[in-house]
Amino acid sequence: MKKVKIYVTLRESVLDPQGSAVMGALHTMGYNQVEDVRIGKYLELQVDDSDRPLDEIVKEMCEKLLTNTVIEDYRYDVEEAVRK
Amino acid sequence: MKFAVLVFPGSNCDLDMYHAIKDELGEEAEYVWHDTKDLSAFDGILLPGGFSYGDYLRCGAIAQFSNVMSEVKKAADAGKPVLGICNGFQILTEAGLLPGALLRNKNLKFMCRTSELVVENNNTMFTSQYAKDEVINIPIAHGEGNYTCDAETLASLKANNQIVFTYTNDNPNGSVNDIAGIINERGNVLGMMPHPERAVHELIGGTDGLALFKSIVKQWRESHVSHA
Repeated sequence: MKKVKIYVTLRESVLDPQGSAVMGALHTMGYNQVEDVRIGKYLELQVDDSDRPLDEIVKEMCEKLLTNTVIEDYRYDVEEAVRK
Repeated sequence: MKFAVLVFPGSNCDLDMYHAIKDELGEEAEYVWHDTKDLSAFDGILLPGGFSYGDYLRCGAIAQFSNVMSEVKKAADAGKPVLGICNGFQILTEAGLLPGALLRNKNLKFMCRTSELVVENNNTMFTSQYAKDEVINIPIAHGEGNYTCDAETLASLKANNQIVFTYTNDNPNGSVNDIAGIINERGNVLGMMPHPERAVHELIGGTDGLALFKSIVKQWRESHVSHA
């Protein structure tokens, strides 16, 4: 059993109006150090990889459902899961 | 002509769509639940607006894997008219039946008002009853209608005349090229953010949407009348 942490972000070429709004707020607060804000999603999955290679399962799920590759990119980290 | 009005958990424009077809157009319509496994009895498929599956993950993302969607693909492959409005458009892009994707409106607001559209292409089974470049008033109600696609896709949409509706100078969502609705290459799958089914009677503010449904029926009659 593995714990898979998936990070979904808008592709570089896609404008992120939410990120721009948040950056505007940060600037209003005085955090002028911030030069860019991009907002994404974080998903945590417990995956049993005993019958299929984990990378294969995760990539398939990401490309079919978890992300829309027209507008989003993804990356993921894998950890040993602690069975509950 | 018999239309299927698909109903997903969270659809909320299905009644308007049914009313437009049944009462204003005088054609047959039936509600079809999302787990239906056969659409062969229908001549046209309508995907209504709403918030299917609560818009969880992304708009239309979960609905694309409903049982009925493989039937929608079959109907599209068979050349039947498939019309997705608002959330229906989002589902069609997620399902790969139309190119591109719909993002959050540029101004981050849910836009609910009447929009002015230009009929860019009236040479389709959905728009033959409009004039080319006709300006029509159709309501919009969406938070994620900002159509986007890569430069290559946009070029091919233009080259193949697949941009069917654009917004006039008041684009409500920031969509690329002011796109409000696009059609697939074959010309039988149309997706649009505005709601023609809400513009079918003077009492509710206009009838500019009726011609869209009349176009579908006209095309169907013309191609089926010889078998009658």
